[in-house]
Amino acid sequence: MSAEPRMLEVRKNVLKQNDVIARTLRERFREQGTFVVSLVSSPGAGKTAFLEKTLTLLHPHYHVAALVGDLATENDALRLARSHAPVKQITTGTLCHLEAAMVDRALSGWGIGELDFLFIENVGNLVCPSSYDLGENLRLVLLSVTEGEDKPLKYPTIFNSADIAVITKMDLAEAVEFDEEAMKANIQAVRPGMRHFTVSAKTGAGLKEYMRFLTTRSAELSPKVPG
Amino acid sequence: MHELSIAMSIVDMIEEEAEQRDVKINAVHLELGLLSGVVADALLFSYEIACSGTRLEGSRLVIKEVTIEVFCPACNMPKQLDSMQWLYCPECGTSTPEVIHGKELVITALEVQDERRTAHARSS
Repeated sequence: MSAEPRMLEVRKNVLKQNDVIARTLRERFREQGTFVVSLVSSPGAGKTAFLEKTLTLLHPHYHVAALVGDLATENDALRLARSHAPVKQITTGTLCHLEAAMVDRALSGWGIGELDFLFIENVGNLVCPSSYDLGENLRLVLLSVTEGEDKPLKYPTIFNSADIAVITKMDLAEAVEFDEEAMKANIQAVRPGMRHFTVSAKTGAGLKEYMRFLTTRSAELSPKVPG
Repeated sequence: MHELSIAMSIVDMIEEEAEQRDVKINAVHLELGLLSGVVADALLFSYEIACSGTRLEGSRLVIKEVTIEVFCPACNMPKQLDSMQWLYCPECGTSTPEVIHGKELVITALEVQDERRTAHARSS
């Protein structure tokens, strides 16, 4: 028997298992008419405050719910519950990102009925979440005015995996001498054509335009009368 | 640092393959895109940890980095980019959001050796 080493040609996508689950989720969401938005950012960029505002504004008109990922604690779920929308926390333990299987597990057996919008807040991290498709229709990358205008250049991969950029904490822009033009140029450098919104969850500035965009996009994907 | 979970996925997939084909794995060849979000050094380090105690223990991970290739609509052809911070055609400066290569995370080949126990099983 020969025990000489030999080469075997194969072609295996390492993330295939995640991609298969994500595709199944996306198909299920499409059939149910649920528009799914995920949020990624570094820790402290204001995802939870922004999401709380989003849920509060949508909740009276649509069936909305949120999944929120963190390494530990239920704090974010408790904060988001103030919006009166159903919220579920996914604690990842030591894992630095959400995977499609976690979304699938969190949704199963959660009697939330048919949703118009589902929001998935990823773990605060601008690196790891970029590799994992969660079955979402829209991926928002959030960055706050305090983080520096060159953030897109430092983390090009996450910007390349996202659809829309949301610049948060605009109420602090003046205090930190935020240069919106520079930030815009850097977003366009790493992701040409990417649309961005500037918002403040605190004052509500910019939220109207973002909400209009969200409801228009969801209506395009799943034509449905608001419930 | 999600490289450990990526390494564990690789080990899981290839262990199954090795089992089915009844071979010993010497090396796993992987194409890794610069835009994949995975760092080669961290993955190499994690691979060794992920292999320990499995039938892949002692095997090597051979990484081939894939540079970014985009499609330029103005030149109407694919273009190689040197930087992931500037997604514009190096020739004509047109924006090139369409990425053709650079997001790969794909196992392309396995260096294997037939297991000796196969020969034993046949002779007994």
